[in-house]
Amino acid sequence: MIQEAKRMGREGFFGSQSLFFATLTLFIMYPFVVSDYYIDVAFFFGIYALLGLSLNIVLGEVGLFDLGHAGFYAIGAYTTAILNTKFGIPVLILLPISAAAAALFAYVVCSPIIHLRGDYLCIVTIGMGEIVRIALINNPFDLTGGPNGVYGIDFPSFGGPFVIDSSIEYYFLIWIVVALSIYGLIRLQKSHIGRAWNYIREDEVAAGASGIDVRYYKLLAFVLGAALAGVAGNIYASKLMCVSPESFTFWESCLMFCIVLIGGMGSIPGVLIGAAFISLFPEIFRPFAMYRMLIFGTVMILLMMFRPGGAWPRKRGAAEHPPLHPGKEGIDG
Amino acid sequence: MEVFLEQLINGLTIGSFYALIALGYSMVYGILKLINFAHGDFFTLGSYVGYTFLVFGSSFITAHFGLWGGLMAAMIIAAVCVAVVGVVVERAAYRPIYPAGRLPAVVSALGASIFIQNAIMVIWGPRYQAYPASLIPNIHIQLGGLHITVLQIVILTMSFMLLGILYWIIQKTTFGAAIRATALDKDTASLMGIDFNKVIFFIFTLGPALGAITGVMVGMYYRQISFTMGWNYGLKAFTATILGGIGNLPGAMFGGLILGVLEMLGAAYISAAWKDVFVFLILIMVLIFRPTGLFGEKVAEKV
Amino acid sequence: MADSALRSSHPVVLETQNLTKMFGGLTAVNAFDAQVHRGEICSIIGPNGAGKTTVFNAVTGIYTPEKGRIVFNGNDITGHKPHHIVAAGIARTFQNIRLFPTMTCMENIMAGHHCRISSGLWGTLFRSSGQKREEEETRSIAESRIRQVRLWDYRHELARNIAYGSQRMVEIARALATDPTLLVLDEPSSGLNPRETEELMEFLTGLIKEEDITILLIEHDMNVVMGISDWVIVMDEGRKIAEGGPDQIYHNPRVIEAYLGSDDRQAHQE
Repeated sequence: MIQEAKRMGREGFFGSQSLFFATLTLFIMYPFVVSDYYIDVAFFFGIYALLGLSLNIVLGEVGLFDLGHAGFYAIGAYTTAILNTKFGIPVLILLPISAAAAALFAYVVCSPIIHLRGDYLCIVTIGMGEIVRIALINNPFDLTGGPNGVYGIDFPSFGGPFVIDSSIEYYFLIWIVVALSIYGLIRLQKSHIGRAWNYIREDEVAAGASGIDVRYYKLLAFVLGAALAGVAGNIYASKLMCVSPESFTFWESCLMFCIVLIGGMGSIPGVLIGAAFISLFPEIFRPFAMYRMLIFGTVMILLMMFRPGGAWPRKRGAAEHPPLHPGKEGIDG
Repeated sequence: MEVFLEQLINGLTIGSFYALIALGYSMVYGILKLINFAHGDFFTLGSYVGYTFLVFGSSFITAHFGLWGGLMAAMIIAAVCVAVVGVVVERAAYRPIYPAGRLPAVVSALGASIFIQNAIMVIWGPRYQAYPASLIPNIHIQLGGLHITVLQIVILTMSFMLLGILYWIIQKTTFGAAIRATALDKDTASLMGIDFNKVIFFIFTLGPALGAITGVMVGMYYRQISFTMGWNYGLKAFTATILGGIGNLPGAMFGGLILGVLEMLGAAYISAAWKDVFVFLILIMVLIFRPTGLFGEKVAEKV
Repeated sequence: MADSALRSSHPVVLETQNLTKMFGGLTAVNAFDAQVHRGEICSIIGPNGAGKTTVFNAVTGIYTPEKGRIVFNGNDITGHKPHHIVAAGIARTFQNIRLFPTMTCMENIMAGHHCRISSGLWGTLFRSSGQKREEEETRSIAESRIRQVRLWDYRHELARNIAYGSQRMVEIARALATDPTLLVLDEPSSGLNPRETEELMEFLTGLIKEEDITILLIEHDMNVVMGISDWVIVMDEGRKIAEGGPDQIYHNPRVIEAYLGSDDRQAHQE
């Protein structure tokens, strides 16, 4: 992990190694110097970063228009909420289970529709997200609590004495999960899997004709993206201690879509910038009260006018391919 | 049987709203390949402009031309105002972004949608507004066992007339041909002397104007309007667009009507709470078996 | 290898039997029978719309034929998915170059080796030794292929930024990186200038000599067809109307008729 972090620094992920460690230090120091309110702001920044990363796999890496991603997020959150409140299973044990539930849902739902192209896939994902939301409102089998949702979710723990119950701990929980996800996603980006995703995004037919199993990799992207969204749902549910359908609307899916595009398709630093914009902007502009969303909309338009490729588009070139047998790698890395 | 007929009429009414909004989506989509998220908000804006006119400005017209005259005037005013807004939004938020590709334009459209929605909230306030009952004719008709209102008949007739006019414009006039040609191949169309900017101007006046008229009709029909209602109608109308086959304008009209009827029948015979689930499931089924919509061309990709 | 007796001593790599593909009412390929023998360069020629590319698309799994079989190295591959066909050993290029435009040339060529990779998600996430080895292997194969097409200096350029002729060669290198036994090229010389075409011909004949590979190509440029083909198949209106060595074809009256036509059909030389 440290090795990887250093490599990220060297390869220009954060510009330079020292900048990377400065950022890291800042992130660790931050919750100890600000009030709980700002720790929570940073927590929700983390949630949006995780959601952005998860949609980035589907939209950014593979180029599949998914405007129903909130559905996967909801499945994760409700899995945690229901299993925790009904059966008392500890929240942290439910973390992988929520991820798996969202992933399984994505697999089942996306398998029959994965061949659809572009906007047809887009509307189906919208429909999927809406179906999930309406189903939650309608309280099937008396599980989801209808429009009010599910209350009384525990703090995250494994069932033992270790309990995450303060803002600072939540902050570290989400950002450690984000960091691990980034690590995994960079691994994937630099592997045949990430390349396969990009080939499909660039030209599906050519990808197939070059030996890429298009269907498999599209499904893999949906499944992984849904799993990460499920993780975000788990943490979100325990932070709020309750979940309700209104947190998982079409609007939420649109926000995630914007995170990826504002940052730059397939760019991990871009996702962080996009998530920062979406989560911090309304906070910073709080003094403007009812005008802040007007400003928000205007800024979105302006951003796309001046940086249509995103704030931090992914750069391709030699940096993606260090020499085959790097001489110094073993010494300083 | 009465329930079925009533629901059918209700469905056609709502379906014609969807169809009118869907036309705006489909025209923009066909030409720019842009999902114009702001279109639902043009509809809301129209509804609010019509509301304001009815509340403050229509007494003079109502006095001279009666209730119906006042409503007509509200529709026309709303259509004109929103058409102007449509053109302004196109110039300000979309035109500078076309060259960058379609995805940035989607974000920009979302930005425009957020802007308009919140502008409405700032101007008219976040609460529901109600169309004044005194200004809307309220006559019931009993036809056998069938129970409908005159307003419903008028709205239905008007929507279908508008749809008919639109169908005629698109299929029979030179301008409609220009739109269809541009949708098929922008470059070839401009080589054939079709002014791209004129087409854009046309679709961004006509689409929002239709949306605005629909907004006033929805206000008359349901009385209550809210600044967020554009999302829901927009989503349904966009669904209708896809159901009919993207860029296929008659397809979008039929898609809207089918959607409305399905929704109302689903509400009556299955469950009102699950009606939208029913609609989306049918959409998904249709797309699984007809990946380019009900009326979409089957495109074999040229390799 | 021009005469048929010598040709039939080589094993058949690819065979189509009664291949038929329809689009709506149009029969694009009609009962097409052909054999491609190991180690040869076989060209399919014919006027536009004769169904040549459709044959290619059926062979490479992009279209599923309505009737007939496609047999590759003794296995029936009719209707298989494109990636299965690539893994089986058929690699192709496209008439209008289809690279991955915003990825580098190296990455484009690395795509070819993808079908030979066996490590999965977990191996990748946790950097298993197998995954590392395969990743290095992919890179070294791509590097040797990019050297082979003499574009080493452009390896880190985005595919869309290099010259058209170079893009063509990157596409061929990508196909070669799949380690194919049959290379299927759809009009490789289209859009190339005479010098580039000359280089391409040299490259292909060199390839046949150095590697155990068979080439099937569609070509309009008669100089290329007559210059490098061992065997030529002529198509018109979805059917095979003639086949033989280049010299035989050159003098075949049915071919001349199909190209020059008794009616107003024009010869295609581009």
